[in-house]
Amino acid sequence: MAIGSSTHLGAAQAADDGPIPAGAARGGRSRLRLPSSPKVLIGLGLLIVFLILAVIGQWIAPYNPARTFSTTASFPLPPSAAHLLGTTQQQQDVLSQLLAGGRSTVLVAFVAGLVATALSIVVGVTAGYVGGLADDLLSMLANFFLVMPALPLLIVIFGFLPQSQGGDDLLIGLIIAITGWAWGARVLRAQTLSLRRRDYVDSARIVGERGWRIIGFEILPNLIPIVASSFLFTVLYGVGTYTALAFLGLVNPNHLSWGGMLFYAQVAGAEQSGYWWLFIPPGLAVALLGTSLALLNFGIDEFINPRLRAAGLTRRRARRAGMAGAARLPRRFVLGVTPVVSGQSTQTGRAR
Amino acid sequence: MYVISRRIGFYILTAIAAVTVDFFIPRVMPGNPVSAVLAKMQGAVITKQTMAALRVEFGSNTREGLWGQYVHYWGDILHGNLGISTSNGMVPVTTVIRGALPWTLGLVGTATVLSFILGTLLGVLVAWKRGSWLDTLLPATTFFQAAPYFFLAFLAIDLFAIKLGWFPAGSARSTLDFPALDWTYVSDVLDHAILPALTIVVASAAGWIVGMRNVMITTMDEDYVLIAQAKGLPKSRVIWYAARNAILPSISGFSLAIGFVVSGALLTEIVFSYPGLGFILLNAVQEADYALLQGIFLVITMAVLVANLAADFVYVFLDPRTRQEA
Amino acid sequence: MNGGPLLEVSGLCVDYGAGPGAVHAVVDADLVLHRGEVLGLAGESGSGKSTLAYAVTRLLRAPGMITGGAVSYHREPGQVVDLLAAGEAELRVLRWSQISVVMQSAMNALNPVLSIGSQLTDVLRAHRPDMGKAERRARAAQLLTMVGISADRLGSYQHELSGGMRQRVMIAMALALEPQIVIMDEPTTALDVVTQREILEELTALRERLDFAVLFITHDLSLLVEIADSIAVMYAGRLVERAGAGALLRAPRHPYSLGLLSSFPALHGPRQHLTGIAGSPPDLRQLPSGCVFHPRCSYAMDRCLTQAPQLLPLAESDAAGPQRAAACWLHDGSATAPPELSAPSLAGSQP
Repeated sequence: MAIGSSTHLGAAQAADDGPIPAGAARGGRSRLRLPSSPKVLIGLGLLIVFLILAVIGQWIAPYNPARTFSTTASFPLPPSAAHLLGTTQQQQDVLSQLLAGGRSTVLVAFVAGLVATALSIVVGVTAGYVGGLADDLLSMLANFFLVMPALPLLIVIFGFLPQSQGGDDLLIGLIIAITGWAWGARVLRAQTLSLRRRDYVDSARIVGERGWRIIGFEILPNLIPIVASSFLFTVLYGVGTYTALAFLGLVNPNHLSWGGMLFYAQVAGAEQSGYWWLFIPPGLAVALLGTSLALLNFGIDEFINPRLRAAGLTRRRARRAGMAGAARLPRRFVLGVTPVVSGQSTQTGRAR
Repeated sequence: MYVISRRIGFYILTAIAAVTVDFFIPRVMPGNPVSAVLAKMQGAVITKQTMAALRVEFGSNTREGLWGQYVHYWGDILHGNLGISTSNGMVPVTTVIRGALPWTLGLVGTATVLSFILGTLLGVLVAWKRGSWLDTLLPATTFFQAAPYFFLAFLAIDLFAIKLGWFPAGSARSTLDFPALDWTYVSDVLDHAILPALTIVVASAAGWIVGMRNVMITTMDEDYVLIAQAKGLPKSRVIWYAARNAILPSISGFSLAIGFVVSGALLTEIVFSYPGLGFILLNAVQEADYALLQGIFLVITMAVLVANLAADFVYVFLDPRTRQEA
Repeated sequence: MNGGPLLEVSGLCVDYGAGPGAVHAVVDADLVLHRGEVLGLAGESGSGKSTLAYAVTRLLRAPGMITGGAVSYHREPGQVVDLLAAGEAELRVLRWSQISVVMQSAMNALNPVLSIGSQLTDVLRAHRPDMGKAERRARAAQLLTMVGISADRLGSYQHELSGGMRQRVMIAMALALEPQIVIMDEPTTALDVVTQREILEELTALRERLDFAVLFITHDLSLLVEIADSIAVMYAGRLVERAGAGALLRAPRHPYSLGLLSSFPALHGPRQHLTGIAGSPPDLRQLPSGCVFHPRCSYAMDRCLTQAPQLLPLAESDAAGPQRAAACWLHDGSATAPPELSAPSLAGSQP
């Protein structure tokens, strides 16, 4: 699972330097202007599709995903009229499995995301706000979990877990959450630290507002974009990790999920024998779910750090804005060469 | 120096914690690991010695208390004894790992570094040429970030190995070759390594690209970059002014992402049947070879810690501000 | 002043952004900087003074752009470069070797991960290709000692220096190629008064040695008393007054200049009532009609609400001083200016 999302570095930079999302600088609550670039809309749209699928997938599937069909064929059948995405080696309908398998993946990922985000808020904000020894200890805890390679640890845990427990979505989500909360905690801690130094927090403290009220009303609202980004990131991580674990056969194989479908694909030697319908549909589903989350994250990053939005003035934009001298603009803004666009000023002035 | 010694201290603590976690997992999990092993070993001949060895491994031997076992465990580890691998013919775990480690180091190590370098350079390029067609590539990177490593591996095999036949579909080398330092062997190894390496690079580079781009864009807004332009310095030097600063968060990001990249790389190994740690890890799980499982986990964790430490060194080297005495 | 024109800005207009939402940060600016002269550019925050200076050198960041006017750099008498038409390559050659910049915050303007020495020598490497490595290092050391910093700090990083030292390094850097113009953007604002004095003295000494012209941007008129030869006052992106330093300080013509001067007390002399200027600087997106200063002007006439005054040359002239000009309807001959705005300016004298 390739994870090095922009949230990593963008947020790290943002957190260290302390730029606050638009609106927070005024003190207190920030008004959320939701980002609306095409990236975000596509991501959101895809995500909603997947969420709906997770709920109704089982009902719209043409067949029962576990039902086996003919008993004569011993290898997976390619797509046909009866089975739009072909069959597995056990002659089960791939399309039905795909539709029904989404629920498990989405559920585990979201449970993992929620629990991990909750943990990261508790640890991160406490560490940032309270400081001192508590901060040192909590930071060390977070760093420990950050450095520990997650998948090998999870493999070991699930390896030792008896098969029967390996089918419980909630438990799996919980275990995955334990490995995934640390990054968010670190980012939230850094941001809390920088927020804490802001004047409006100081004044709240001087006036005598209680700690948790300050946290609740002054600090948390300004952390919302980062929390949202962290949540999405953790869900993304959950999707990938759960799929990986299922692919490795560490999750009860009778429990249907996209990762499980890939496990069976591997068992059937899909890539060697060219049974593409066994691994492309589930793999693509996971990839698209992940992409929707990553796109949303992209949008939130741009919201947190407005400088990341597509750069200032380009020739295309100028034309769209109806600027007279647009054609004379360079195609894009070059640092250190301020463009000269004549004839734009509407101020009275002497003739040029 | 204070910074480095603090980090080393932290890593030592982490290593200790990792060993402890490793020790406790089989003892904490529900169920009896010994009977689980036996259940998976049905059909094999189980001698009395095997039973005894297993009991000692997993603490069913209650003559020592828990603390005693812990100390014993530490003693074993420091002597390089990681137990016996039940799925590989009762050879020591260290032997099995030693056979697989070079393959993983070679493949994963090189691919990770390559991916970081490539991703960082591309990130700088995309940031510098902001507003050009390169920006349209960015959403595409989200797809590669989200796609599981092993899915990309599947695709790579299907496309390049099966359909196009350019590269072999798995393993590290053809079975007929004997390890020798001649060109046939080396080229064979490289031939087999290209697809898995490519998969790892493609899957992880996307993250570096976006990350570096974002940091570069923020950095390019700094006054000292404007001054570099004002000085009339050549373009490459101006980019250097910015990139030399932007690389710092990238490197700390690298330390954190190593764990993820290694995980993904292990999965890739599995799909390609590459005989590295990932491959034997999966085998260990399927064969319930707990000792091997514990050993691999330890080795992987140590490797990640060492890589983190190396990245920390590089960071301190690159950022003169950290060298100030605290 | 003493030399001929070095940098001529006429009718410069600078906007931030494009289309209907554009902010007109500088409108119709006319300036001349003469050889060896110190021209002070004064005004409140947001008056457009920095924008003007950066736009002149084409260093203005996005989304700033120049929408009108001309900037001519007289490299030699008779050799004129049009800075607005210059391409990237030409600008690169001109920059720093002819015109250099000193920014307000040396902490932000110096690269934190490169040594001071390397930041001094890379300019030399870029512009003086015939200099060898040892030569460059020697020159860098010489530059440091010139501003009063020991040469063994060449290997230091900016976080290892004090605020005053950093600013001196910036100045040394700016003078590395002995440019004709140094643009100083509030170089002492971030420093304490003692260091400020040292820097200014340093600057005067350096000018005596190297004889470069300075465009000194500041909001602090009292500073300009010390070092400026002439002063230009900006308000809301427009130049409202231009005069020799002594003349402006003794006998302002524009109500805004008068207000600025009344805002800081003299250390000596009788106690005065500090008046300041009523109101606050305008939002550039919603400027008043007519003269942009009229809401805050105690001398506003009916005309001022509808007609924006141009920067008009004033009839009087300092024999040896620069041509005075003010953008105020009080001085176009149709009205009589109150006595505080028509005090006699002694010809040619400097404070």
